[in-house]
Amino acid sequence: MLSRTADNLYWIARYMERAETAARLLEVGARIALLPSAQGYRNDWDSLLHASGGATGYAEKYGPAEQKNIESWLFFDRDNPNSVASCITAARENGRIVRTALTSQVWDALNTAFQELRALEARRGACELSKLTDWTMKQTAMARGAIDATLLRNDGYNFLNIGYYLERGDSTARLMDVKYYVLLPQVDFVGSGLDNDQWSMLLRGMGAQRAFHWAYGGDVTALKIAHFLILNRQCPRALITCVAGMENHLGRLSKYYGKETPAQAAVQKLLAELESQTPEAIFDEGLHEFLIRFVGQSAALGAVIRDSYLSGDM
Amino acid sequence: MSGYFNEMYDGKSVRSPYARLSDWMASMPADRRLEKQAEAEALFRRIGITFAVYGEGGDPDRLIPFDMFPRVFTGSEWAKLERGIKQRARALNAFLVDVYGRAEIVRAGRIPANLVFQNEAYERAVCGFVPPKGVYSHIVGVDIVRTGPTDFHVLEDNCRTPSGVSYMLESREMMMRMFPELFRENRIEPVDRYPEVLRRTLASVAPAKCDREPTVVILTPGHFNSAYYEHSFLADLMGVELVEGADLFVEGGFVWMRTTEGPKRVDVIYRRIDDAFIDPLCFRPDSMLGVPGLMDVYRSGGVTICSAPGAGVADDKAIYTYVPEMVRFYLGEEPIIPNVQTWKCAEADDLGHVLANLKDLVVKEVHGSGGYGMLVGPKSTKAQIEEFRELIKADPSNYIAQPTLALSTTPTFVEEGIAPRHVDLRPYCLVGERVELVPGGLTRVALREGSLVVNSSQGGGVKDTWVLAE
Repeated sequence: MLSRTADNLYWIARYMERAETAARLLEVGARIALLPSAQGYRNDWDSLLHASGGATGYAEKYGPAEQKNIESWLFFDRDNPNSVASCITAARENGRIVRTALTSQVWDALNTAFQELRALEARRGACELSKLTDWTMKQTAMARGAIDATLLRNDGYNFLNIGYYLERGDSTARLMDVKYYVLLPQVDFVGSGLDNDQWSMLLRGMGAQRAFHWAYGGDVTALKIAHFLILNRQCPRALITCVAGMENHLGRLSKYYGKETPAQAAVQKLLAELESQTPEAIFDEGLHEFLIRFVGQSAALGAVIRDSYLSGDM
Repeated sequence: MSGYFNEMYDGKSVRSPYARLSDWMASMPADRRLEKQAEAEALFRRIGITFAVYGEGGDPDRLIPFDMFPRVFTGSEWAKLERGIKQRARALNAFLVDVYGRAEIVRAGRIPANLVFQNEAYERAVCGFVPPKGVYSHIVGVDIVRTGPTDFHVLEDNCRTPSGVSYMLESREMMMRMFPELFRENRIEPVDRYPEVLRRTLASVAPAKCDREPTVVILTPGHFNSAYYEHSFLADLMGVELVEGADLFVEGGFVWMRTTEGPKRVDVIYRRIDDAFIDPLCFRPDSMLGVPGLMDVYRSGGVTICSAPGAGVADDKAIYTYVPEMVRFYLGEEPIIPNVQTWKCAEADDLGHVLANLKDLVVKEVHGSGGYGMLVGPKSTKAQIEEFRELIKADPSNYIAQPTLALSTTPTFVEEGIAPRHVDLRPYCLVGERVELVPGGLTRVALREGSLVVNSSQGGGVKDTWVLAE
């Protein structure tokens, strides 16, 4: 397969997952803003911008954090490369380039998302935030479902999945960090009722609240949630699940091509590190510090994958 | 529309190839027709058969209008066309090998030297080079118009990278999907082996240094190109990679493509980009589309480029007038399909005639294409004609003129029902080890009433083209 084709497939997955992250950030932000807090809602939205990685771009365009502007920035704004609109457009354009490497169902899902997005853009003032986030999750689920149900299990399928897992792990870490960023200045609150409310919001934002209760039962505690979202392989968005997913698909690639690359070694190292972690050790290190470190490791892994398969400079 | 040959009728009676279609047409209620038309459009959009127009705003993905009324040739009509088209493709290729070699046809005084050697499309970089199997133009698109029951003329040749073949294939696919009964009632020659014949043709011209099953690729300018769909469609049907310039590199006298498993050697490049952009080291240094060093590999027999760089000199409109001469000179035959009578403004007598008769003539730029830069005398205002007169006087050798052709019409679905509209035909002749032609082509139709311009950029659409089995 052409390196560029693999690269396009990988980015289709990353952009679709990133669109979902933007929508989830919006949902978490909207819910946190409804809670009483010491600083009022503004600071919470601010933290959300930081987590999305777009705080600087936003500040340049809009100035201070305002809920309406942030909604627009994260959903519609083409100046924000991580907005839902930018991501869906980019995923669809990548899909158009490798149209023949996709089944018609997958193309249909990407193309439909794009066509509906254009319709939403035409009446952007009239859309409720919850409708927009629901719509986004539905589109990303359709694309994901079409990929799983119809695509040939060849190297291209592996590249798509690697893209999905890499982006999702990164997104879980960022979403968790939003929550932590909010509370960081107030260590007193850790373990308090408010703290747990906000953790629950986070679970809801990830669509994982019920799953969490099934898996753990009892009170919601920060330790349990950290375990669930970082170390529990049952949780589809947990960091370890995402890294294990990449390890699986990189392993399949090395079998498929009959050749190991530095990417396999790198993902195995990261997986081994997570497997040896405990929630207590993570809190000892500091959750924020741990998460930021993970985001860095994930980016480094992405670079190794690019050099090993996607850049064509081997 | 009287005075034009309507391919469906002979006087008041229906010509035999259209007999079944006549019943079909009569029995189709208007609402079913609209329903089918909408279905076709939805299918085209869904499959993604669009041409992309960027930078004009609006939806970048445009649909080319598709007319459901097929255009039909009898087996014997086609047999003659096929002989004529293949003859022309052979002569054009013989001409190309000749003018980049000893140029016997120029020495013999049959074509003026300046028309060939001072032609912008004449490529000095390939002088003295003979491509594998002596083929320069591997896909020859010959545009043909019909003016009467047995009267066909070649309007122009396309020796570089004629486009539109995806519409030929998709129009057929669409018709078979929507009207299977038509294909049961009529015996229609299939066209769907075209991609396989194309692949075989390309593989047959693998370079001398290729000692294994050749790797063929299609080179596209990229996904912003208006014909990108066609490029990816053909790559898919042939089972070859669709590459961009940046996917290829030159090393050790060969061309390689970057794959996830490391470099893979490429033997034959079917390029859909112009000569000027192939290799920035040889042609335009500012081009980002090509592959640095590609021409060196090409000239040393490490890779074949289809069509060969330099092939464009054969399809120039000034050279066009000499193609019948090529047929006589290289093949010793008379042209089976004649040219349209053409006046060369470069020649004083012709220029005088053209300037005196502008209101009746079609005037074209020698290098123009796509229906741009032309004057259709009978359809133009006095002011437009006068404007063009000055253009011609300023640079006569840039123009040729032809009579306004009485292009044939075929029944076409229009808003009010069915009406005759003008059509032309572009078959795609494949030249490699063998010369082959699938029975069919792209029929373009001028959808505007009275219009003679069939280009998609000027309101043209496409039709399925049938050749009946005898």
